[in-house]
Amino acid sequence: MRALGWTLLVLGLLAAVVLGVAVGAVPLPAARVLSALWDGVRGAGLDPIVGQIRLPRVLMAVLVGAALGTAGAVYQGLFRNPLADPYLMGAASGAAFGATLALSLTGSLAGAYTHWVADVQPQLVPLLAFAGALGAVALAVVLAGGVARRYNLILAGVVVGSVLIGLTTYLMMRDADRVRAVFSYTLGNLAFSGWRDVRQLAAYLTVVLLPLFAFGRALNAMQLGDAVAATLGLRLGRLKLLLIGLSTLATAAAVALVGIIGFVGLIVPHTMRRVVGEDYRALLPASAIGGAVLLVLADLLARVLVRPAELPVGVVTTLLGGPFFLYLLRRQRA
Amino acid sequence: MLEARELGFAYPQGVWVLEGLSLGIEPGEWLAVLGPNGSGKSTLLALLLGLLQPSVGTVLLDGRPLGAWAAAERGRRLAFLPQNGPYPPGLAAEEVVRLGRLPHLGLWRSEGPDDEEVVAWALAVTEAEELARRPLAALSGGERQRILLARALAQRPRYLLLDEPTNHLDLHHQASLLRLLGQLAAEGIGVVSVFHDPNHALAADRAALLAGGRLADVGEPREVVTGRAFLEVYAGDVEVVEGRGRVAVLPRLHGGGR
Repeated sequence: MRALGWTLLVLGLLAAVVLGVAVGAVPLPAARVLSALWDGVRGAGLDPIVGQIRLPRVLMAVLVGAALGTAGAVYQGLFRNPLADPYLMGAASGAAFGATLALSLTGSLAGAYTHWVADVQPQLVPLLAFAGALGAVALAVVLAGGVARRYNLILAGVVVGSVLIGLTTYLMMRDADRVRAVFSYTLGNLAFSGWRDVRQLAAYLTVVLLPLFAFGRALNAMQLGDAVAATLGLRLGRLKLLLIGLSTLATAAAVALVGIIGFVGLIVPHTMRRVVGEDYRALLPASAIGGAVLLVLADLLARVLVRPAELPVGVVTTLLGGPFFLYLLRRQRA
Repeated sequence: MLEARELGFAYPQGVWVLEGLSLGIEPGEWLAVLGPNGSGKSTLLALLLGLLQPSVGTVLLDGRPLGAWAAAERGRRLAFLPQNGPYPPGLAAEEVVRLGRLPHLGLWRSEGPDDEEVVAWALAVTEAEELARRPLAALSGGERQRILLARALAQRPRYLLLDEPTNHLDLHHQASLLRLLGQLAAEGIGVVSVFHDPNHALAADRAALLAGGRLADVGEPREVVTGRAFLEVYAGDVEVVEGRGRVAVLPRLHGGGR
């Protein structure tokens, strides 16, 4: 049963990637996509539509989805709160605010709207995005009076997030006379992603996301409560800070490059619990794969729903995630 | 030896929960802790486990202050079964028991054959082998308690501390848990168990009575529950019945009160 789940998950990812590359203004038959991908693997020259337009975008969806899915699973395990998620806890909004502030301070906000973000972004962008994300989560925890009150924590996170989105929009509007915004941090969008973004995000995630997969057993132990986890030899204070830090930074890295894409961290871990069970050693990698699948497919919908125009993918995930959140809330209270 | 010396604990607001408490327990000995609600029983356990820092006094584990032990070293010597802590509902019982090996393995090493042997032993002594593959959510309260106890035993602790372990158990499981604790003490584990029901304390080697954060009495359990301090603490609310060479403590149903 579990083996079947994993097989479906991996096949699902492959199918989603092929589909994501195949669908577009010029539809490509699956055979051509596969042979182009195979060329890429062999190191031969890539079909230009695949290589320059579709593939970086799909790979970006894979990376961002993996980061958000895993971060959501870590948050839920860490706070022992099934509603926790980097987006709801304010981390994503904090990162968006930090990134917009950096662009605004360096006067590159207008440029960022018309180019790939990675092309114009000064070094300050990821730094302030990281700081904004960590600050927002810390603020939410303080406002909620600790992490024990699960609904307070979500409520505080949502409030902090909303205020930060308001501030982000204000910063954007100050530059509105110069440029009509096509990219906005408040509505995540993969349409502007190129190879530079892919390389940058891959580098960040290697540092902040990969180490998280080693903490599955620690997260399992934390499900027994703080007292027992401490008597099992875990240094909880340090461990929690490290896990919050890494998963928040993974979220911030994704947001700094593509903007806020909400609810992935909520939908994916819950769905994956059905597929691979509640053991965090399996749940973390499954959430990474599941997040990648969800985001590639959501981006596909974003591209085809209002053709020839496009929706920001953040709109699609929010439309999927809102009802899902309500479903979880009902189940919690029942 | 696990030893409390002149132990005191006060919350930051200045309310003393525990004062001047000295008490020791050797491996192989079973100490039952009794006392009314709010007498400091759970605080005492938390201090003995190092989960709370004493405001005054010290806790010594095998002669060294508790704080001087590394967290993992402490986890190989002291195990804790809380009264009703959270648990991962979807995790298989066996996986939960394996978590007891964490202080021996650390975060990065995975279980070897020795660890599997300990897990099998822990499941066997708690008579929980047939539950091993079921998720915790599918177990009854008593079955779950046995798995969580097996998890504590998988730490191979020298001292086992339990907070009201007989709560929520039916009579059958209460009796089998009390027999198991006696057996574990006989095998050389030091057991400290907090009980609400004084009758359960009668199964232990020694009983300590807490009242108002102080040690009101300590000694042979039968002497403690028939002693003056016990009757003063529960004035008017209990009747101690002796007969057939045994003692039982019953709630007083008529008259009484303070």
